[in-house]
Amino acid sequence: MSQQIDANGQLRHFLTTEGLPPDLLNRLLDTADSFTGVIDKSVKKVPLLRGRTVVNLFFEPSTRTRTTFELAAKRLSADVLNVDMGTTSVKGESLADMLHNLEAMQADLFVVRHADSGAANYIADRVDDSVAILNAGDGRHAHPTQAMLDALTIRRHKGRFEPLTVAIVGDILHSRVARSQIHALNGLATGEVRVIAPRTLLPEDIESLGVKVYYDPDEGLKDADVVIMLRLQRERMQGALLPSEGEYFKRYGLTRERLARAHPEAIVMHPGPINRGVEIESSVADGRQSVILEQVTNGIAIRMAVMSTVLGAYHDAGREAE
Amino acid sequence: MTAIPDVESLLARMTAGLSQLLADGSNEDALLVGIHTGGAWLAERLHERLGLRTPLGTLDISFYRDDFSRKGMHPEVRPSRLPLSIEGRPVILVDDVLYTGRTVRAALNELFDYGRPASVRLAVLIERDGRELPVAADVAGHTLTLGRAERIKLRGPDPLRIERSHVDP
Repeated sequence: MSQQIDANGQLRHFLTTEGLPPDLLNRLLDTADSFTGVIDKSVKKVPLLRGRTVVNLFFEPSTRTRTTFELAAKRLSADVLNVDMGTTSVKGESLADMLHNLEAMQADLFVVRHADSGAANYIADRVDDSVAILNAGDGRHAHPTQAMLDALTIRRHKGRFEPLTVAIVGDILHSRVARSQIHALNGLATGEVRVIAPRTLLPEDIESLGVKVYYDPDEGLKDADVVIMLRLQRERMQGALLPSEGEYFKRYGLTRERLARAHPEAIVMHPGPINRGVEIESSVADGRQSVILEQVTNGIAIRMAVMSTVLGAYHDAGREAE
Repeated sequence: MTAIPDVESLLARMTAGLSQLLADGSNEDALLVGIHTGGAWLAERLHERLGLRTPLGTLDISFYRDDFSRKGMHPEVRPSRLPLSIEGRPVILVDDVLYTGRTVRAALNELFDYGRPASVRLAVLIERDGRELPVAADVAGHTLTLGRAERIKLRGPDPLRIERSHVDP
């Protein structure tokens, strides 16, 4: 069995959307849907993870992502510890020592964000069996909860995935979000997944992931039901991969004219934070077809679903066997 | 094995019991809330029979179960829907079988996360032995004693029928 699925087919860690069976992907979306009622209550909490401890282990700072994980854990009544490795001095302690220290504090779940690809897998291999690992983004590798919240947003608007054409536009090469989205969307049997990017921002083997490649956005956006814009990371400009922000916007930015190529009811998504006027025009980001803020709301439900799934099923099955 | 009357006649008894409860002036704006899944089916039938003006509520208590840490996530959790504020309002919980009382405990916990009801009453189709918590029904369609290995469950929604089975002790 894979590192994240145990012998009973239960999710024990959540490291990547790659290779996840369709029924598991659908179950996560269903579970997320079932949490929607929670925010209607005067007490916006359910007691599922009462007495459990969730540690946010962020080696790469990201206030937005950390906040949604924290809120998700708190809505499940877990205790949350934020360890910001970006600003806290590590005092020469090795990663392994630090993990064992956190285990000794009876932490149940580590939410890991790291600049290196494979960091979450590395940690999952080294923690005690009683600890679950949730990948909150590792290098260029994966950002599985982002991909699942995108899938949830798509399902809520469009229903079934089979008839849909989804276009992902932007820096695919450096994007862990794009990679996770492609795996999740293909796992959910999406009709067609397209990537649209300049040659310099596409990995060579991208077609092998099951996508259609377009270099011309006007062509790639044609009749798309879902348009996902990726954030253009400014530091990428230095590597001579792109001429300039202005040039990129002219060629690939999502303008109203360009969006008109897509299906009239197409939804526009973006994982945030948005670079207005770089990858997307303000009037599109705030427009009728934009579901960008819904993505944020859905992110909390998805993170609640993943946390309760890895802590409910695997975790205690392991403990009972002890 | 003692015979259990059919669901229709039990529903009639519940309707009579609830009418009496509702006749008390303080209960007239009561909210009927069915516990998923059996209780929700029954609440729908009772709501119609009683001709209630208040809309119907449903609760899925999966997130409040006390066996989550042993059984994990229930695969099919439906969102709870309480169409009216329960703050200061009488609530009537409806479930199919009252057995250990743990479901009712979970339902009460969930209910109180929505607000502070004026009162909570419990109406069940079947009240059996085996209570593990201090919970009792205000209205019951039928009361019976079963063997420890016996289980009873409402199947439905169309038609509603009672299913008895044995489990290995």
